[in-house]
Amino acid sequence: MRRVVITGLGLVTPLACGVEESWKRLLDGESGADRIKSFDPSRVATTYACEVPRGDGSDGTFNPDDWMEPKEQRKVDTFIMYGMAAAIQAVRDSGWMPETDEDRERTGVMIGSGIGGLNTIAETAVLIKEKGPRRVSPFFIPSALINLVSGQVSIKYGFKGPNHAVVTACSTGAHAIGDAARLIQWGDAEVMVAGGCEASISEIGIAGFNACKALSTKRADDPKTASRPYDADRDGFVMGEGAGIVVLEEYEHAKARGAKIYAEVLGYGLSGDAYHITAPAEDGDGGFRAMKAALARAGLEPSDIDYINAHGTSTMADTIELAAVERLLGDAADTATMSSTKSSIGHLLGAAGSVEAIFCVLALRDQVAPPTINLDNPAVTPRLDLAPNAKRERKIDVALSNSFGFGGTNASLVIGKVKP
Amino acid sequence: MSDIADRVKKIVVEHLGVEEEKVTESASFIDDLGADSLDTVELVMAFEEEFGIEIPDDAAETIQTFGDAVKYIKEAQ
Repeated sequence: MRRVVITGLGLVTPLACGVEESWKRLLDGESGADRIKSFDPSRVATTYACEVPRGDGSDGTFNPDDWMEPKEQRKVDTFIMYGMAAAIQAVRDSGWMPETDEDRERTGVMIGSGIGGLNTIAETAVLIKEKGPRRVSPFFIPSALINLVSGQVSIKYGFKGPNHAVVTACSTGAHAIGDAARLIQWGDAEVMVAGGCEASISEIGIAGFNACKALSTKRADDPKTASRPYDADRDGFVMGEGAGIVVLEEYEHAKARGAKIYAEVLGYGLSGDAYHITAPAEDGDGGFRAMKAALARAGLEPSDIDYINAHGTSTMADTIELAAVERLLGDAADTATMSSTKSSIGHLLGAAGSVEAIFCVLALRDQVAPPTINLDNPAVTPRLDLAPNAKRERKIDVALSNSFGFGGTNASLVIGKVKP
Repeated sequence: MSDIADRVKKIVVEHLGVEEEKVTESASFIDDLGADSLDTVELVMAFEEEFGIEIPDDAAETIQTFGDAVKYIKEAQ
């Protein structure tokens, strides 16, 4: 089977726009949570979220003008803008710029989103009610469609290979990386730009997740402590936004052009819960089978796993995942480290899986596990080291990243150091 | 230049991101100012909004240049 490696990274997170700045702040235990600025949250139950910091582009702030022409920005929803910014970073980082038709046709894009242009759809619905259907912009549909991130990236760079998009709620980013890696393994492409993006921090987005009783509501006075995976006082997830995009490449292709190789996608596993539309199966069976399948694909044993980036959303489901991971690892749970970086950046929904896969890549590179912040009083006594409130410098050769989504859709990725 | 022409030019400059000097009487939105078919639909909507008029689809198709737009709007008002 052809091997797939990661040669480019791009991040837009609530900590910063940019890979290194996001990573540094994550390791420092910072939180991206604050009172919502992008709309007046006084009518919704949750008034805080992890928003991408906006600014002039300096000090890790996100400035749309750095990534898209102003006249193009009007034609896309924010989720596409975040996806473009992360994709541009990843492509630049990889140094891959195909110059022949053949190379362009062997380079594809698979970027997904959980919800896509939710706010654009909401605003257009209001516009129709107030002013009638003739006022609907010709850019409404291409601004809101989820696969238009892949479309925009392909148009910008002339990538003419497979052009696809994933929509599996909070598993989107992980599924996109796993599925894109398989396209390379099967020979449909040599290079794939893959990941997820999301921008659902809007009144309709918050109201919708509030109605599902999924969001934290009790920490308006101290939002930075609201996302607290595994902690006894957690009361729901904190919504995040942003994008994580990687450049995946066939190993020999990357070697031949002398590319910087970060890590290898060793395994990928998928499963369905067949249980409930928003809650995970109580025995964690779906997540367990996804992890087991990913390990089997990688040809590894549970004891080979050094670090797990958990789905860990800061909801009741945290302990279900924890139990499933400990069941998988057995005695190896005593030596592995697992953390939930959602404690710092919140839950980026469709972008979560790919952002967290990038954190795994950086954990491998720097031999350090990022912390689970706000973990002051664990709800259960874990066998695993959950890296409470402090990063953990340790050997990491193999990392596993979990993503579980509404509808009972699970994805696990195994990412490891490249062995020659 | 008339007030209408100024207002039309402002809309064209904003929507298409072009320099004001390029928006001449005979400048074609698509051939000279870089618009695509969706941009022209949006331009016509912006004219409707700005001038409080309704431009039917068959009339919109005849508005190809800056001059066409100014002429149509003057007659419609």
